[in-house]
Formats: sequence, structure tokens, C-alpha cells
Amino acid sequence: MDQQISWVSVGSVEDIPRQGSRVVRTPAGEIALFRTLKDEVFALEDRCPHSGGPLSQGIVHGARVTCPLHNWVIDLASGEAVGPDEGCAGHCPVRVVNGVVQLGLAGFRSGGCAHE
Amino acid sequence: MQENHASQGLRERLVVVGNGMAGIRTLEDLLAKAPSRFEITVFGAEPHPNYNRIMLSPVLAGEKTFEQIVLNDRAWYEANGITLLTGDKVETIDRAKRTVTAMSGRTVGYDKLLLATGSTPFIIPVPGADLPGVVGFRDLADVEMMLEAAGKGGRAVVIGGGLLGLEAANGLKVKGMEVTVVHLMPTLMERQLDRSAGALLQHELERRGITVLTGADTAEILGNSCVTGVRLKDGQELPADLVVMAVGIRPNTELGKAAGLACGRGVQVDDAMTTSDPAILAVGECVEHRGLTYGLVAPLFEMAKVAADRLAGGVDSAYTGSVTSTKLKVTGVDVFSAGDFSGGKDCEDIVFRDAARGVYKRIVVKDSRILGAVLYGDTKDGAWYFQMLKDGEDVTAVRDTLIFGQGFGADGAANPNAAVAALPDTAEICGCNGVCKGTIVKAITEKGLSSLDEVRAHTKASASCGSCTGQVEQILALTLGDGYAGESKAKPLCKCTDRTHDEVRRAIATLELKSIPDVMQRLEWRTPDGCHHCRPALNYYLLCQWPGDYKDDGRSRFVNERMHANIQKDGTYSVVPRMWGGLTTAQELRAIADVVDKFAIPTVKVTGGQRIDLFGVKKEDLPAVWADLNAAGMVSGHAYAKGLRTVKTCVGSEWCRFGTQDSTGLGVQLERLTWGTWTPHKVKLAVSGCPRNCAEATIKDLGVVCVDSGYELHVGGNGGMHVRACDLLCKVETEAEVMEYTGAYMQLYREEARYLERTAPWLERVGLDYVKTRLVDDPEGRKALNARFLFSQSFSQDDPWAERASGAVDRHEFTPLAQVG
Ligand code: SRM
Ligand SMILES: Cc1cc2nc3c(=O)[nH]c(=O)nc-3n(C[C@H](O)[C@H](O)[C@H](O)COP(=O)(O)OP(=O)(O)OC[C@H]3O[C@@H](n4cnc5c(N)ncnc54)[C@H](O)[C@@H]3O)c2cc1C
Ligand code: SF4
Ligand code: FES
Repeated sequence: MDQQISWVSVGSVEDIPRQGSRVVRTPAGEIALFRTLKDEVFALEDRCPHSGGPLSQGIVHGARVTCPLHNWVIDLASGEAVGPDEGCAGHCPVRVVNGVVQLGLAGFRSGGCAHE
Repeated sequence: MQENHASQGLRERLVVVGNGMAGIRTLEDLLAKAPSRFEITVFGAEPHPNYNRIMLSPVLAGEKTFEQIVLNDRAWYEANGITLLTGDKVETIDRAKRTVTAMSGRTVGYDKLLLATGSTPFIIPVPGADLPGVVGFRDLADVEMMLEAAGKGGRAVVIGGGLLGLEAANGLKVKGMEVTVVHLMPTLMERQLDRSAGALLQHELERRGITVLTGADTAEILGNSCVTGVRLKDGQELPADLVVMAVGIRPNTELGKAAGLACGRGVQVDDAMTTSDPAILAVGECVEHRGLTYGLVAPLFEMAKVAADRLAGGVDSAYTGSVTSTKLKVTGVDVFSAGDFSGGKDCEDIVFRDAARGVYKRIVVKDSRILGAVLYGDTKDGAWYFQMLKDGEDVTAVRDTLIFGQGFGADGAANPNAAVAALPDTAEICGCNGVCKGTIVKAITEKGLSSLDEVRAHTKASASCGSCTGQVEQILALTLGDGYAGESKAKPLCKCTDRTHDEVRRAIATLELKSIPDVMQRLEWRTPDGCHHCRPALNYYLLCQWPGDYKDDGRSRFVNERMHANIQKDGTYSVVPRMWGGLTTAQELRAIADVVDKFAIPTVKVTGGQRIDLFGVKKEDLPAVWADLNAAGMVSGHAYAKGLRTVKTCVGSEWCRFGTQDSTGLGVQLERLTWGTWTPHKVKLAVSGCPRNCAEATIKDLGVVCVDSGYELHVGGNGGMHVRACDLLCKVETEAEVMEYTGAYMQLYREEARYLERTAPWLERVGLDYVKTRLVDDPEGRKALNARFLFSQSFSQDDPWAERASGAVDRHEFTPLAQVG
């Protein structure tokens, strides 16, 4: 499966603030890249499953982000809302190679979920 | 050729390039397996026999001598029939002839060649990096040079706050130098430690007198004939007599590369430690295996074992990569880290903090297995965790007490009450007030105390920072048995802690906590970096407590306050410029109109706060919109802030036939006084020119109603969800008094209300009488509050829009990282 993904470099990890996020624009929609306190990098569709809020603008804590519009909490790894809320933000394959963030855009579908 | 030798009964020739830790460990392992298989020659560039490089740090700190760290002396080489050629660097390999040639001109033939050339310190390519006095930290020569410099005293700058840099810094400090560590990243040892542990480490080093500059990038090394200082990219200059570069290491691959061996970051080897040439093996830091290079000895020793086995004729052994753990060798500082502690989906973070002992532990568990660990202050269980991590052991059975370490539960101490019960009467419970267990028990029994508050009142235990509250409660429970009803607990700040807002604030002040990680460590937060409830609250409390000193943490602010604009439901923003006291001018209106046209802003609305709101501004346009508004003299209206919003006014005596005072002018003055402040929740003021109250001043956080004889001050009003009319605080006679009362009232609210508590619920909680005693009955106190408010304002009245419009602040917030497709 790994060979089928073609990876696109979008910038360096350092360009994303710790506990923060940057957006990558793609034809399939905006993707929010998150960098946690521990320097993990995650990529989700920049749309909250609740009502479309820009997740990239939320507060990042642990491996989660709190949506800026109505405080849903989204798990960064899976894109899923943390209970009791239900919903899932589209998820995009991401990896870091020598400090460079790469997205597997072919694996990204707007509205798609990590586990589908 | 090789077979030839064997058939002729001659020994094969093994040449080792690099007389360091990995090369010689390979020989030790080889000699144990096949003592007489090879005729061995070792080349070493350093003039010494093999020594324990790790121990150079203790040598620098004066805790060990060089003799004590030699691993194999020359007699060992002799006894094993090894030819040792020190101080002779190998310069070329001729793979066709199978020979190596060294600097001295000596050429030696081989059947098998082992490369173990280690690595060299990476010297950042800034001007002056080649000046005398700039040194890496790699070998004995470096240490000797540092010791010589330290002998003269003076100042050292260590560039790099990783393992090596900090060990160097500590050694130089111990040797009497004034030491500054310059580190690029925001926290020390960021690759091994999380932010909490990194912050603890930084405090400890600072306590030892080492200056630590984080987020600091080196621009230049200064000096003509030798080092005199370091200049940072922000312009700061640090004087220095010695500069130690410890920013990383670079595998030594030149030799292999020149010989045409496959090299990436290191000399590439397969699982048999063999390079692209089957006659050449490589081990140690010079190696790249499965895309990874290593900089610690444990993996090198694993490689050595495989290389030795293969050299001895083995065919099965394979090196498959290593999980590493790190310990910092600074006497008295215990730091351990292992594995992957970055967490992720389905990972559980188990966090333990014992502020009194300065302990922080975090274990990351996934699918019942340990994935990583960070330990600070108490590392005795590091090896235990690391073993379970490497073995992939299922920890379900010990999950609940895992974080307490290996010894836990063995003596039946699993019940926390039992631990307190076991303490002697002389054990100190409250460190702030020096109260022992016996004193507390005695007070409870003799005075018939039955609650935490009573214990606090009678003994002072847990009355300051509150970090012993849990233990005091346990003592109550133990002493009273069923007679203890427990506390009807005030609500904790959030799920990350048991402490209330008030307890946290008190602790910030009394323990002088100055950063969010500090608060979380000292108050034993249960999560590594909090949540969206506690982070903004802590950021506010710290900002309020340490004006001018605390550096605001944008990552702990809600989007509106981070972006300085209000987010809308479609992800665009609204922009509200300040209109002082509701006044505007033709010039301002024209500028607003121009901005609306230029940026095609879809909606313009007059707000309920007497100013103009521009809706639907695109995020990336914000800085340009602000720049244009700034150019017309307008600043942020903070319509997004837990801070001062508006000061509504009516026309007042200037035009109105009923106006008693200049309500508009006073409103402008009040807005000039209070704008830019950060408060627990938003604050709105208003000034009406007469009791007809057209500015609705009696439902504001502070409302002034002008009357003939002066000014009525009304407080604690609220429109919004629960309408509350103000209470009358007092009446004053002059505008100057209005200003002083306002400053004092703002500061009292800032210092004592809980985060997200508006003045109305705050006033109901503490009572109007309390506010009167502080503001009306105590003129000295009022003046002091006002003075503290003005002091804090001296740091907060910079227009956040101007800072961002110029591109100097938070530029990344407004631009996408990339555009693809
Ligand atoms: C724009 C405005 C409505 C308007 O078109 O007039 C407005 C708009 C919003 N109000 Fe308001 N309020 C506006 C005046 C008011 C007023 C009237 C006033 O200030 O005289 C009130 C009642 C007075 C009061 O606060 O006591 C008011 C009570 C609220 C409340 C309820 C507060 C409460 O304590 O119950 C909220 C919710 C909150 O803050 O949590 C709120 C929140 C909001 C927010 C910020 C909702 C949000 O979080 O996105 C709205 C976003 C504004 C934006 O994007 O610019 N707004 N809001 C007014 C902006 C005034 C200004 O110039 O800054
Ligand atoms: C101050 C310090 C503290 C450290 N602390 C720790 C620690 O606490 N824990 C830990 O696990 N690791 C630690 N390390 C790292 C550890 O020392 C190294 O990982 C280990 O020494 C690497 O072994 P090596 O054989 O690959 O390289 P080295 O031990 O560096 O050996 C390579 C040798 O090859 C020689 N050489 C290079 N090129 C040639 C050539 N062409 N011809 C002849 N000789 C050549 C070099 O001069 C050197 O002597 C520390 C390192 C330093 C410098
Ligand atoms: S009243 Fe409600 S809808 Fe109207 S601006 Fe205020 S928060 Fe928004
Ligand atoms: S849109 Fe994210 S919580 Fe409502």
C-alpha cells in the first residue's frame, strides 16, 4: 500500500508552530497540518464534522484539537470526534522525512474517514 | 585470495580503521569467538589507546581522570597479538588491491576490513566558526582544550542544548566558567524530553548558575585572532572566551565514500553489517542501517556483536535496528528517556508528578505495551520500563500502578491512605508552612476539627500553595475514620487537575510559577499539556500575576484572541476598529469605506457597542486590512477579547439639553485608560450624561451615570443571557476620582475573579460589601490597586494589529503553508 501513495512535500516541520497548525490548499479542499507539543504531525481535512469549523484554528492539546466554533474535540490521529459527539474529519496520509512534511494526497478524499 | 590464505594455513588479515568504542568492542567479541582467526591491525587517528568516550563528560567535570576511562591499554593489544597504530589516520582504501594507506604512508593489506570511524561534531557554517577557541566535544583533545580554557576562568558559550551540550556546559560551570547555553529549540533536549521535563531540566541548570537561552539562533562567532563572542540572529551579543559547538554529529564517511562504498548519511550496511563491498564491514556511528544512524553506544554494541559473529564465520546473526534510551550524565540531575513518547491514536499517557520531590514521569502505553517513557527526578525505574519496552511486554497486570515503578505494591502500599498512615508524626506535610503530620493530627483531635478549611485555619497546613491538600485530607480521613464526611469540594478548574481556580491562582503567586509547564508540573497536572479549558485560564492567570515578565502563549489562546479578529461560521473573520467612546470622523469613515471596497468586504454593520463591524474578511487579507485601518489612525477594537470591549457613551453636556457632565469626553478618557487590558472575561463600560441613561450604563460591568453634583459609579451589570442591573458602588465628585476607581475596580476584578467569570457573577459571589471595603473604605488599597493596573497597562497598550500588519508577529497565522495541485 505504501508504494501506491505518491508523497508531496509541503514544507518543513519547523514551519508549523508547536501546538499549532498550518493549512495546505489542495484541489480537494484545505488540509490542516497539526504539530503537537511532542512534534507529531497529523493531517486532517480542515473542516469540523459538526458544522464545518476550521479545525486549523483550534487549540491543540495532547493529540487532539478543540474546534474553534463550538468546542468539539477531535482526535488528530483518527479525525474522529471524542465522545459524546460523533463524527469524523477527513484524514490525509502524512509522514515526516528528514524534517520535511509530506502528504499522501492520493489517499485524501474530502469527507473521508481514516478507518473507511 | 582469501581462500588462498586459508588453504595455505595462513591467517586472514583483518584491518580495523578507528580505534574507538565500536571498533574495539567488535574485536573483543571476535576474540572471544575466534581468538586466532585473524591477524589484526588497528589504525587510530587519536594518539591514545581505546578509551570510554562517554566518560569524557566526567573527565571534563573533574570527576574522573583519563587513566580511569581507558578501556584497553596498550598491553591488551599486545597480549592479543594486535598491531596498534595510533596517531595514524587512514587516508585511502584500495578495494581492488585490498589495501589501506595511512597518513604516515604506511600501507597494510587486508582480507577483511572493518570501518569504525565514528563521527565528527557538526560545526554550523557561520562566519567565525573556524576561529581558535571554537571547539567540538568529541575526543580527549577537545576536553584538554576546554580544561585549558576553563583554567583561565572567563566565559563559555555552548551552542546546542542536547545531551552533549549540557554535559559540556555543566563541566565548564563546575570548572569555574560563566556558562551560557544557546539552544535553537524552545526546550532543552527536545528530541529526548517532552516540554515538561525539558522545562524542569532548564530550571535545574539555571539554579546551578548556567544561563539558558532557548529559541536562540547563532548568526556569527565574533573575534579576529581568537573567539571573543557570539552574536545571535536577534542581534544579542554574548561575550565568550570559549565556544563549544554541540549541535549534532556527522558520521565519518569520507573514507568509505572515496572508496566508492554506498553511502547515505552514513556508510550503508545490511543486517550482516556488511557494506556494498562484501570484504568490508562497518560498525558504529559511521554506519547507516535501514536508513538510520545512531549516536549512542548501546546500538553500536549490538552492531559489534553481529559484526564479530560474521567475521568469525557465522552466517545467521543479524542486526535489525535498535530502540534507544538516553540518560544525561550531569551529577545530581536524573533524566531518562526511551522509545517513542510522542503518543498518537489509541495511545494512553500515564503522567505522574510529585512537585515536592521534583519528579515528573510519563509513560506512553499502546495496546497494553510500553511505547516510550520520560522520567525526570526519579529515574530508578528507567531500566525496568526500558526492558518491558524492548520486550514488548504486556503490562495489563501492572497497568494501574505502572507509573509508581517496580517496587510499588510489593509492600502493600497500593492504598494511598496506607502510605500516609505509615508516615511518622515528624513527617513534614506542608512544606510552605512547615507543618508536620503530628501537628495536624493533634489539632484534629484536640480541637475537634472536621474539615479541610478548619485544618487550614488552625494549622496553616495546605493554606499556601495547596499542593499537600490531598495528604491533609487523608490525614483527616485517617484520624476521624467514618466521622470524616469528606469535602463538599469546590469544582476543579478542569479535568486535568483537582485544584480549583482559586487554588491555582494562589499557587502561581506564592510559588512564583512563571510558565504554563511550571504550573502543570508544580501542581501535578494529569495531562501533558492541558486542554482547551485550563490552558487559556492559566495563560491569563500568569499574565495577570506577572505583568511585563510573563510571555504570552498564543497557542493557549482561543482563536479570536490569537488572530485578533472574530471567527465567523464560514471561517472568515470580522474586523472591528476601535471608535473611542463611540466617536468617529469623516476621515475614519472614508478609510473604512475604502477598505470595504478594496477587499470586497460583504457586510458592514453598526454594532450594539457603538462602532462598525466589517464581516466576512478573508484570513489572509487581515494584515492588509489592518494596515489600511492603522494608516487612518485606527487600532484594534478588541471585539474578540476577554478584555476591554467598548465604552458606550451618550452625547452629554456638549450637545444634550439635559446633559450634566461631558459624558462623551469622560468615556473617551476611560477607554484610553482601559483599552488593551486582559481580564477574566470581557468588560464593557458606559457613561451616561444624566439619569435618563441613554448609554444603558446600569447594565454594564462598570457604568458611570453623571449627575449635577458628580458621578455615580455602578458596578456588576450585565446584558446578555442573564440580565443583571448594576449595584451602586458609590458617588464621587471629580473625573480624576472616576479614573482612579475604574483602574482599581478593573484590577480587583482582574486579580480575584475566576477565568470566564464576568463581573456580574463575580460580584454576586463575593458580595457588594466586599467590593466596597476594598474600593471605598480603603483609599490606600484603592490607590495601590490602581497603581498595579496602570503598571500592567504599561505593557498591554500596543496595538496588536499594527504588530501583525507589519509582518513582525505571527506571520504564519495568516498564510497557508503550501498550495498543491
Ligand atoms: C457585533 C455585536 C452584535 C451587533 O451587531 O451589534 C455582537 C456580536 C457578538 N456577540 Fe455580543 N455583540 C455585540 C454587542 C453585545 C451586547 C450589547 C453591548 O455591548 O452593549 C451584549 C449585551 C451586553 C453585555 O455583554 O452584557 C452582548 C452580549 C453577548 C454575549 C452574552 C454575554 C453575557 O455575559 O451573557 C455573548 C456571549 C459570550 O460572550 O460568551 C456575546 C457574543 C458575541 C459574539 C462574539 C459571538 C461569538 O462568540 O462569535 C458575536 C460575534 C461578533 C463578531 O463577529 O464581530 N455577546 N453583545 C455587538 C458588538 C459590540 C461591539 O462593538 O464590540
Ligand atoms: C562527551 C560524550 C559523551 C557521550 N555520552 C554518551 C552517553 O552517555 N551514552 C551513550 O550511549 N553515548 C554517549 N556518547 C556517544 C558515544 O561515545 C559514541 O556513540 C561512541 O563512542 C561511538 O563509537 P564509534 O566507535 O562509532 O566512534 P568513536 O568512539 O568516535 O571511535 C571512532 C574512532 O575512529 C577514529 N577515526 C576516524 N576516522 C579515522 C581514520 N580515517 N583513520 C583512523 N582512525 C579514524 C576516531 O579518531 C575515533 O577515535 C557520548 C559521546 C561523547 C563525545
Ligand atoms: S445575539 Fe447571538 S446571533 Fe446575534 S450577534 Fe449576538 S451571539 Fe450572534
Ligand atoms: S463546527 Fe466544530 S464544533 Fe461546531
